[in-house]
Amino acid sequence: MKTLFNFFEKLGNSITSRVLRLGAATRLIFLIFVYSGDSFKRIHLTIREVYFTGVMSLVIIVVSAFFVGMVLGLQGYYTLQKYGSSEAIGVLVALALVRELGPVVTALLFAGRAGTAITAEIGLMKATEQLSAMEMMAVSPIARIIAPRFWAGVIAMPILASIFSMVGVLGGYVVAVPIIGVDEGAFWSQMQANVDFNFDIMSGLIKSLVFGVACTIIALFEGFDAPPTAEGVSRATTRTVVTSSLAILALDFVLTSFMISG
Amino acid sequence: MSDNIISIKDLRFGYGNRELHKGINMQFPRGKVSAIMGGSGSGKTTILRLIGGQIKPTAGQVSVDGTIVHQQDREGIYRLRRKMGMLFQHGALFSDLSVFENVAFPMREHTDLPENIIKDLVLLKLNAVGLRGAAYLMPTELSGGMARRVALARAIALDPDIIMYDEPFAGLDPISMAVICDLIRTLNDALGATSIIVTHDVAETFSFADYVYFIADGVVAAEGTPKQLMTSKLPFIKQFIHGEKDGPVPFHYNAPSLNSDLGL
Repeated sequence: MKTLFNFFEKLGNSITSRVLRLGAATRLIFLIFVYSGDSFKRIHLTIREVYFTGVMSLVIIVVSAFFVGMVLGLQGYYTLQKYGSSEAIGVLVALALVRELGPVVTALLFAGRAGTAITAEIGLMKATEQLSAMEMMAVSPIARIIAPRFWAGVIAMPILASIFSMVGVLGGYVVAVPIIGVDEGAFWSQMQANVDFNFDIMSGLIKSLVFGVACTIIALFEGFDAPPTAEGVSRATTRTVVTSSLAILALDFVLTSFMISG
Repeated sequence: MSDNIISIKDLRFGYGNRELHKGINMQFPRGKVSAIMGGSGSGKTTILRLIGGQIKPTAGQVSVDGTIVHQQDREGIYRLRRKMGMLFQHGALFSDLSVFENVAFPMREHTDLPENIIKDLVLLKLNAVGLRGAAYLMPTELSGGMARRVALARAIALDPDIIMYDEPFAGLDPISMAVICDLIRTLNDALGATSIIVTHDVAETFSFADYVYFIADGVVAAEGTPKQLMTSKLPFIKQFIHGEKDGPVPFHYNAPSLNSDLGL
């Protein structure tokens, strides 16, 4: 009987703490929008964060995109040639990248590189009382620290995803045309004819924008909510990667379903 | 204008079921250096947080310059905080800003002063704490004592009416400690401010504080000038001031007898 009570007590505590965290996250999102006006008055803060989250992520994005594009080129060619349509390799690479892999892989890399950096930075600022010091100076940490990072993430993600897709296509081209010997004209013309701006490219951009919002919010909230200890910051950083990755994949399914059915 | 810039009346506060303050009354006179002392976990820092409006009391009130802190909205609390400067235990310098930018931070946030005036003011503040030469170092390049002095320069950046110090001597070597002691007194008198120091360093505090409060068991256990407290006969104060191992504050944390724990 006691074991059963303990089980229900633990279950209740777990549910309560999750609901409380969800409430705190919602409150943080609300406050970000409330303080965004103040934050935009110091636009240099947002620009600085775009540099840290976006520009500093470029290397990992470009290198990964190139390899992903090359792998797509190889895999696509060996599958398509069985059906005698190896010229469609350009379309396959472009569509796979623009619709799916570009936004999803960029978001996963973003969560791993920029998301963890955001969580660790804010968590440490909290642990070293920098956020409290700011509060005591009558400066809102939401306006000064959180909102600029949020908008930077939202701006950087679609740009990074677009760069990922472009570099990925280039990787596919390098494998398909100079190495395998697919006709260059067929590679580009089929891509041009079959990739639709409104449906394919825009859907990829919308996805990356949504992933940008989700990843950045998760990273910011985990940092802001982290217990002010070394262990607390470390756990928060891990949670950022895990939660962001799951959120990206789940959101990808939901968004794809809407886009295909709509 | 009241003689006391801060007044705490029947203050009660707790975390969860643990009541930390059980009816505290304190007065902080203008222009004086007052200290709040007590053992670790006695709620000294919490009093500073209550004065700064970071947390709300469960009962009683804290008033700053005649304004009841917990009745203010966010804007009201921010207005009050502009009258305050606070030195955190480890300085809490912004790690991504240089020493100069740390001190300039409150000026840039709350004034429209031109850059050349800000530069002069920052250098003057840093000069007051003896660190004008470190203006362009990063916080990671500073020792603990230097970081504390920079944080002090930042705390006085806007010439506050109230300066609060949270454990300003923690982890400092004797020279840095003496420097901080001297700065607290000198800056308080030069700025005409009111200083509140939360600490458990008896010798340093008694050397320059005007008035001292001792907190124990959630109430003010004793208060007075350092001279009065030095001769206090209260067992807790005697134990605290002379650093005796055992007394009203027991050496052992509450536990069953050793024999029962060892199964003897």
